[in-house]
Amino acid sequence: MDAEPRAADLPPPITEVGVVGWLRANLFRSWTSSIVTLVLLYLLVRMLVPFLDWALVSADFVGTQSSDCSGQGACWVFIGQRIQFFIYGFYPSAEYWRVDICYALLALVLAPQFIPGVPMRVRKWLGIFGMTLFPVVSYVLIGGGWFGLQPIPSDKWGGLTLTLMLAFTGILASLPIGIVLALGRRSQMPVIRSLSVVFIEIWRGVPLISVLFMASVMLPIFLPEGVDFNKLLRALIGITLFWSAYMAEVVRGGLQAIPKGQYEAADALGLNYWKSMGLVILPQALKYVIPGVVNTFIALFKDTTLVLIIGLFDVLGTVQSTIIDPAWRNVATEGYLFAAFMFWIFCFGMSRYSQNLERRLHTGHQTR
Amino acid sequence: MTRDTTASASAGTNRTAPANGPNDVIIRVHDVHKWYGNFHVLKDISLDVQRGERIVICGPSGSGKSTFIRCLNRLEAHQRGHISVDGVELNEDIRNVETVRREIGMVFQHFELFPHLTVMDNCCLAPVWVRRLPRREAEQTAMQYLERVRIPEQAGKYPGQLSGGQQQRVAIARALCMKPKVMLFDEPTSALDPEMIKEVLDVMVELAESGMTMLCVTHEMGFARTVADRVIFMDQGEVVEQAPPSEFFAHPREARTRQFLDQILHD
Repeated sequence: MDAEPRAADLPPPITEVGVVGWLRANLFRSWTSSIVTLVLLYLLVRMLVPFLDWALVSADFVGTQSSDCSGQGACWVFIGQRIQFFIYGFYPSAEYWRVDICYALLALVLAPQFIPGVPMRVRKWLGIFGMTLFPVVSYVLIGGGWFGLQPIPSDKWGGLTLTLMLAFTGILASLPIGIVLALGRRSQMPVIRSLSVVFIEIWRGVPLISVLFMASVMLPIFLPEGVDFNKLLRALIGITLFWSAYMAEVVRGGLQAIPKGQYEAADALGLNYWKSMGLVILPQALKYVIPGVVNTFIALFKDTTLVLIIGLFDVLGTVQSTIIDPAWRNVATEGYLFAAFMFWIFCFGMSRYSQNLERRLHTGHQTR
Repeated sequence: MTRDTTASASAGTNRTAPANGPNDVIIRVHDVHKWYGNFHVLKDISLDVQRGERIVICGPSGSGKSTFIRCLNRLEAHQRGHISVDGVELNEDIRNVETVRREIGMVFQHFELFPHLTVMDNCCLAPVWVRRLPRREAEQTAMQYLERVRIPEQAGKYPGQLSGGQQQRVAIARALCMKPKVMLFDEPTSALDPEMIKEVLDVMVELAESGMTMLCVTHEMGFARTVADRVIFMDQGEVVEQAPPSEFFAHPREARTRQFLDQILHD
């Protein structure tokens, strides 16, 4: 059909587009918003300038000991001197290369997921490697005792390495367990449903701290004499089960968001329960709950620091035990900032990755 | 008045009689009852469907017609009586249920395409995972059916990018990809905008002419008139009347049928 000739499009007024438009729309819309903008700008400058001065301008970066720091700004020398302890814990320095290989593999798995040009197929296989072989390889490398590697007991593991091991394993194990629990809670079979409900409610009802205490203090009392499996493993199991209860509820939220018609359509095509869940329901449900799942991952990551109370030294633990070193004066701020920064990098990474994933999995509007 | 959209599509075509003789029954329904709590939704339904037969089920809302059609692939379970499809009894045994579901295609009011899969993947999912067809073969079949419903060019798109009419045609193609012996339609045009109803009905008419056994819950009386071998009128969980369309529309026997036809044909 032929439309009638249309009036030519005029450009929008200059005050509505570009930098000027943005400033007007967001910062100077009205008198009050202009005042708020200016006040906030003033406060920002007042706080940022001294911080930058302390952290960068007056800070000391080179040196080997406490006396190399002027005391005017941050003493980053401290971080530089103790960085190996923060990363490797008490791991013997001659064997650092084993941990380094694990870090390299981790980077190999993670980095391509953030680089836009990498083909999907490569990402997928790296992801599968990261979830299956990588944890095994890392365990063998770091723990030793195989292939002529000197065995290194787990109480020597520590620092960032320990944090990442706890978080990685916890994340990897809690999601599938959580999915199974969520499906169990919605099961038609009363026994499975009740077991899932009881499991979820018990683990969700106690603080992680008490779980860790139970794992490290109480469990050995109940176990028969001589049976003792190591503290790290116990903490890991505690963290995993604790967070899988949370994960189950997040996933259940997603399952409930799927319209009944989708279940029926899958049934009507002759798909059995597991195929219907695996091919139709879960892919949609998990997509809905990416923000919630990643939220739980982030909480899990940060809560790994609680292993401090059962005598495991994660990255925060190593920092805390170093800042009381009498050889260094007033380095607590630097130490905590460093620890916070380590956590922030990984948590922010997860957050970015999840947003990226959501965008990639978005397939247009819902059918209804 | 009713939308008589299919009249042109099938004008002049000869309706073929059920292909395999009069006594080739594919669905047997005997004395079926169903309750939701205390509410008796289906009362003593008995019905034999011949292979190749086209049946339209109509009736006021709440008459149990959707529930009935959903019992035929056990999306709803009946509590008394027997339903068998192609010799397989529908009962508690999940293997029987899955066997029957493989042979029955269903089209829903709200399409129920899987939004996370492309049109092609929607069509290939069941053939690959249930029938164990090689992917390539499943794709060829899918393409064939997508051509039949006249949207082969949309194969790579996601359901969310299609119009309602297109989605419903994909849903029909998806069901056909399983090469079902029977097709069930549960108000396939009720959720569509008026201008899209015809494209879906045209596809259904074509399918009917190909000899597919069809049971169709619909308010499209034009479709019933031109395609159905038998029209069944249900009210309050009962089959009130069944007759060939010519007789059904011209000389309804029951008062309830007349009242229903008056309402939908003349308001």
